[in-house]
Amino acid sequence: MPSLANPTRFLDLAGRLIPWLAALTATLLAWGLYLSFFVAPQDYQQGETVRIMFVHVPAAWLAMFGYALIAVASLGTLIWRHPLADVAAKAAAPIGATFTLIALVTGSLWGKPMWGTYWVWDARLTSMLVLFLLYLGLIALWQAIEEPGRAGRAAAILGLVGAINIPIIKFSVDWWNTLHQPASIVRLGGPTIDPSMLGALAVMAGAFTLLFVVLHLMAMRAEILRRRVLAMQQMQVEHAALDET
Amino acid sequence: MPDLGPHATFILAAYGFTFAAVAALASFIVADDRKLRRRLADLEAKGIRRRSAGAGPAAKPGRGRKS
Repeated sequence: MPSLANPTRFLDLAGRLIPWLAALTATLLAWGLYLSFFVAPQDYQQGETVRIMFVHVPAAWLAMFGYALIAVASLGTLIWRHPLADVAAKAAAPIGATFTLIALVTGSLWGKPMWGTYWVWDARLTSMLVLFLLYLGLIALWQAIEEPGRAGRAAAILGLVGAINIPIIKFSVDWWNTLHQPASIVRLGGPTIDPSMLGALAVMAGAFTLLFVVLHLMAMRAEILRRRVLAMQQMQVEHAALDET
Repeated sequence: MPDLGPHATFILAAYGFTFAAVAALASFIVADDRKLRRRLADLEAKGIRRRSAGAGPAAKPGRGRKS
């Protein structure tokens, strides 16, 4: 693991892993879609709309996973000053934001036929919206501060403060009365979903997780390149200044 | 494709949005990567090297401190 702290070694490893992981992601996604549409039965109460669950639930999990990753990377930035920690956090933000948006939109599209409304200000939906805004805040912060080191430390503080929202999202359905259903998969006593649907959900969750990993590796690689370009542009300016003296 | 019933529009819209969002994100990351590689190649073509790549400002071909 310590060797991965070297960005050059990371780039080499990412370059070798990405094509294989991308192929595995595409295969798993194709299998998951087949199970979601052709194998999983309709729900006795929700009918065919239950198929939205196979994209909504994995997206919601990865929305929270992305922020948890940012929080851990923020510790890496502030405490251990790991060279790749800030890169990992910055690269995860747009991916996490996209998965959060997917969870919000697909949830809304599931809510309309089931609840009769696209949106309610209940604790689960609102805390997910707060998560999306936190992601946007982090992205804006990285954009606003030019020097990567300073931007990384400021974003790490916001990342850690915002992490309090993750347990709030998870337990919001237990702590408050919500229109959103309580936990039905990750819960004491085991899942309440029928195994015929759970298989499709597990495959889609695996595919989405791999997709997140592939996109994150690609985004981290681009971020390392961005920092190299910045460093070289600064050297170019230094050369120009030396030439003028 | 099974008959998705009266709520087919909602189901297809959910999947359609998911794939559009993921495709847009992946395209953005790939385009960003390509743009940065081009910039990096341009800078290297001008003889600029990173300090960690084993060369400082003085290592630029034909350039050195004048003072």
